[in-house]
Amino acid sequence: MIRYIIRRLLVAVLLLAIISLVTFGIFFLLPKLAGQSTDDLAARYLGREVTPEGLAGVKAKLGLDDSFLVRYWHFIEGIFVGTDYKFGTSVTHCPAPCMGFSYRTNEPVFDLLLDRAPITFSIAIGAAVLWLLAGVTIGVVSALRRGSAFDRGAMSMALAGVSLPMFFTGLVSIFLFCRQFKILPTPRYEAFLGNPATWAQNLILPWVTLAFLYAAMYARLTRAGMLETMGEDYIRTARAKGLPERDVIVRHGLRSALTPIITIFGLDIGLLLGGAVITETTFSFAGLGQLMLQGITRSDLPVALGVTMATGLFVIVANLVVDILYAVADPRVRLA
Amino acid sequence: MTAPIEVSGSETEAQPDAVLAGVDRKAIQGRSLGQIAWLRLKRDKVAIGGGIVVMLLILMAVVGPFLVGDPNQPHNDLIDPMLSRPKTGIMHSGISSHHWLGVDLPAGRDMLSRIVNGAKYSLIISFLATILAVVLGVFFGVVAGYFGGWVDTLIARTMDIFLAFPLLLFAIALVGVFPDSAFGLSGNGLRVAFLIFVIGFFSWPYIGRIIRGQTLSLREREFVDAARSMGARAPYILFRELLPNLWAPILVYATLMIPTNIIFEASLSFLGVGIKAPTPSWGGMLNEAKEVYEVAPHFMFFPGMAIFITVLAFNLFGDGLRDALDPRSSR
Repeated sequence: MIRYIIRRLLVAVLLLAIISLVTFGIFFLLPKLAGQSTDDLAARYLGREVTPEGLAGVKAKLGLDDSFLVRYWHFIEGIFVGTDYKFGTSVTHCPAPCMGFSYRTNEPVFDLLLDRAPITFSIAIGAAVLWLLAGVTIGVVSALRRGSAFDRGAMSMALAGVSLPMFFTGLVSIFLFCRQFKILPTPRYEAFLGNPATWAQNLILPWVTLAFLYAAMYARLTRAGMLETMGEDYIRTARAKGLPERDVIVRHGLRSALTPIITIFGLDIGLLLGGAVITETTFSFAGLGQLMLQGITRSDLPVALGVTMATGLFVIVANLVVDILYAVADPRVRLA
Repeated sequence: MTAPIEVSGSETEAQPDAVLAGVDRKAIQGRSLGQIAWLRLKRDKVAIGGGIVVMLLILMAVVGPFLVGDPNQPHNDLIDPMLSRPKTGIMHSGISSHHWLGVDLPAGRDMLSRIVNGAKYSLIISFLATILAVVLGVFFGVVAGYFGGWVDTLIARTMDIFLAFPLLLFAIALVGVFPDSAFGLSGNGLRVAFLIFVIGFFSWPYIGRIIRGQTLSLREREFVDAARSMGARAPYILFRELLPNLWAPILVYATLMIPTNIIFEASLSFLGVGIKAPTPSWGGMLNEAKEVYEVAPHFMFFPGMAIFITVLAFNLFGDGLRDALDPRSSR
């Protein structure tokens, strides 16, 4: 078990190195490959008042003329031990964990990330709980009552669910619930610590919108898995030895049908942050996804880079945790 | 999957007279697996319905833009400047005999024209991106599955990494840092080409993983051994022996990948990093509608429904195709 965990940890660290290098490459090599000179990049930073002196200053400040690896090393150094940023003649020390400064507002990127993260996580966690519960329950009931009205209705809904873009369901739900029927307030983020009740009330629509898509996928997957498992010989054996049907379904059927679902859940947690960008835009929540979009549209590369890196880190850690939990639950995994 | 030996449908071949005396000749007609799949598909009304809608959508995207007029023609006279919404039509949508789906805001451009032209971009991008993803996915999937060893480990791990990452974020990053002109292209052409590349590049692992799995089991089959024992080299086995046996999963997953890519493109356009205004795109229209849907809900409704109907039709057809081509599948 210890050896398994160590091995997974090493893989995670390696992955982190690869991902950070690739992300850094996207932001700093790709424009160069596409034929943009460092002057073009510096001009984007300057905005309207482009002068030769300004360009030279910006290039020196941002280290645009340094080689890729030097800049990557500078960035990594900043995260672990902090680094110095030269602004003209003055030098600003940026203590670890430093991810640079926003080109536009000069705020430290790390602070921006910390600021926005709670919003994105609030959306993601609530949605994940909701879709896992709803998706698995609907899938199980559908499988057990295969062909019934419930099954057909739920599966039609699920098919509609995977075919509806999240931003459309989001807009329609705001229109219906906040404007037409006025059941809910127009969602806007309130801190959890302030008042958990208003926090949840404001988040219901984003949760449901995001969860609807995933719940539909999980219902379809769970149903297929349950149908297969319930046809196995050991289910017949369990019934034959007189177990109550409830135990047969939950302890023998569901437990085995859920294993692949958990794997997919681990993967989806990571993808969820991508989905959160759309949810945040739809509901105008200022989370990490909005920060990312802002970074891109305003050519604020350090901010966009910071969000992408943070997401990569989160995904790798989430997968590591799922892998380890999985190995605890299913001993066969450790040997693979 | 086709069987290694094709059973031809000719009636004379399959009729030893002694056995057949008194048997209806049609009853034992030989059928290829492709014919059987077609028969199964024909019986699936829902899938056929989806297929017909798909055909109509393609037709609309091809000939529609010539029929509906300029999508960027403003009709300021139809907009009420005080309330900033269309003056006429049900629920102030501007729906009339000239504008079947009303007009948008604030310029009063014809919605039907924008949706039809949006279909063109949506379908072009999702089709070409799917082709790119299928080519990459099949190539790497077959190579990984057939060669095994470190080649397989490398490709399979790469696919795992791709699958585990929020590709939407990476796609946004890529689109965002990409300059407005490059490789001799600029403007819309470059955007479309770049979107095709980004979407295709990020979705190949989905099909790659499936093809790899299929190849793993196919390579142990006798006809591969036979080819190898006759001295066939790897490229011949990969593309002449294995590939023809993979057409069923390729077809099914390509069909199911198109709707995913339609949503991918619409999401990017919705987020403002896809097709650039004023070029019409469904995602872009929803983005514009986001600000004004309270006064003009039709502006949000029609593009959303366009995406929904298109994606649903592809999903229904793809599901039916999978059921028809996979004899083991059941519902």
